[in-house]
Amino acid sequence: MTGVDLADTFAGFALFADLPRHRLEALAHTFEEEWFAAGQRVVRQGFGGAGFYVILEGEAVVSVDGRERARLGRGDFFGELSVLLEEPPAADVTAASALRCATLAGPHLQDVLLDYPSISLRMLQAELRRLRASNQWQA
Amino acid sequence: MKPHPPGSYPVVVVGSGPGGVQVAYWLRRMGIGYAHLSADERPGGMFQRFPVYQRLISWTKPYALEERGTEAYERYDWNSLIAEEPEHRALVAGLMDGSSYFPARSEMEAGIVSFVQKTSLPLRYGCRLTGTRRDDGDIVLETSDGDYKCRIAIFAIGATQPWKPAIPGFEDVPHYVEARPAREYAGKRVVIIGKRNSGFELADGLLPWARQILLASPRPATLSVTERSLVGARARYAQPYEDHVLAGGNVVLDVAIERVERGDGGYRVHARGTTHGGNLVLDADEVIAATGFQAPFSVLSGCEVATFNQGRLPAQTPYWESPSAPNIFFAGSITQGFGGLKKYGIPGNSAAVHGFRYNAGVMCRYIARERLGMPADDQEIAPAAVVDNLLRWVTKAPELWHQPSYLCRVIERRGASLVLGGCEPLAAFVDAPGDDAVAITIENNGKGDLYPAVYVRRDGRVTEHVLDPAPFHDFETPEHRAQLGTLVRPLLP
Repeated sequence: MTGVDLADTFAGFALFADLPRHRLEALAHTFEEEWFAAGQRVVRQGFGGAGFYVILEGEAVVSVDGRERARLGRGDFFGELSVLLEEPPAADVTAASALRCATLAGPHLQDVLLDYPSISLRMLQAELRRLRASNQWQA
Repeated sequence: MKPHPPGSYPVVVVGSGPGGVQVAYWLRRMGIGYAHLSADERPGGMFQRFPVYQRLISWTKPYALEERGTEAYERYDWNSLIAEEPEHRALVAGLMDGSSYFPARSEMEAGIVSFVQKTSLPLRYGCRLTGTRRDDGDIVLETSDGDYKCRIAIFAIGATQPWKPAIPGFEDVPHYVEARPAREYAGKRVVIIGKRNSGFELADGLLPWARQILLASPRPATLSVTERSLVGARARYAQPYEDHVLAGGNVVLDVAIERVERGDGGYRVHARGTTHGGNLVLDADEVIAATGFQAPFSVLSGCEVATFNQGRLPAQTPYWESPSAPNIFFAGSITQGFGGLKKYGIPGNSAAVHGFRYNAGVMCRYIARERLGMPADDQEIAPAAVVDNLLRWVTKAPELWHQPSYLCRVIERRGASLVLGGCEPLAAFVDAPGDDAVAITIENNGKGDLYPAVYVRRDGRVTEHVLDPAPFHDFETPEHRAQLGTLVRPLLP
């Protein structure tokens, strides 16, 4: 998997659907790639300056105060709430297996969302799905 | 007689660039048995050839705010290898001719050669690694001189192999490493693909020679002075960018390259605008791919080293060990494969000498303690001295300034006493369980603020606290003492 071009990987993700190839390529060059061993924390609850992550390969666990709340996999993303609200993350995100992510420095996420309205729309849809799911739990 | 003949050693180090030499220095200093091998005939690594246009982007200030030869001076000298003996420190500064505070390539290379000579580090030159395999828990390095068996192997083999993306026609495009002397581009139209430091370095070198330079890559250029970090091309290479924005004739383009065609006496580059749309056809006399490097991993294929970034770098733990191949460690520029906490998007400076020279000592102490069972040299510290020590480190300790939010200095509670825990990767401190402790580092928020960040571990939970910035970055003030004192009080016996 590691030999695959990041733009090609992005092309298969819902978050980046609707983007033509050359836009995907510019986007892929804006992200960096990072690798985490199983058990390694990616985002840390309460620490400032976290980034935005898109999972390329592997699985991650979201936990609050040590309690597991959700699992994320290929194509899922995390870190956007902390970055966009400029607040420390409310949860830990930890690699549950070897985890490969595309990552964007927090300050650059806003630029990407303004430059690529279709990503903003797809992200909004995903956030609404998460909101709906959390409302269902509470009902 | 060549030193370090084939045989069994606790540790084997491969590579004689600054990363390998710095590791060997610490192994010997700590009394760890090792062999040090290099395919080259002399030390220096990539600095025997690069940068192509012969001057570094990392400064060494012969005259600085701290006295040359002290530990605190290292903050102003990004290039010399580090040593505990004052006479082996700051060697690059003593070799510079005063024409620039960026050493010439030859001055940097001489600094590494001089370090090896003065410290009398034994090195087996002309010994080429050809393969690796596992043998009953040990690692076997197959070399041109024979097999080396070891418990721990440390590869400082550089991320110096040319890497080009899989774009049609790129196979005919010379890489950065094949760039010719600048005068050979006189009067030519040159397309440089890539807008990181190596692309800008070539453009800067060709400014007095090329008829026109087109710097092309998909993502807009970032500059260190606007990013307020080393994420971005260095100010020293910003001249081609100024030429572009002032319409001087050279152009910086945000384009995805679709294919490159070789024609009679030149090239045709087909590109597509990214920041602004539209197709572009660039005709050029020369094209150079400044598209980066990869580590030469084929020799490690016998040990299942996991890689990422299209196979360009090895995956690493916070102590620069391969998570898939235990007891294989990395040193030198490859340690950039562990980016650290990347707070505010800023990685550690492990790709460069000024960062990785500190990783080496941290890694060697970890190997000694955790893998070779050597006792740690724990020093107690009086409770009354904790705050002053932490503030002195965060004001003066060079490894915190060169590896902000990546390395930290630690004081640990052990029973009823406090112990100096040394310098550790910040990720290891905040993520691993341990005794109650406090760690301090510098943090850069990417907005121009540099300030101490303090991490307090109590009952297995780590909390983050930031102190105020200070004029001249001097944190040894009553205000900082008061702030930090409140944070560390619960840890004191």
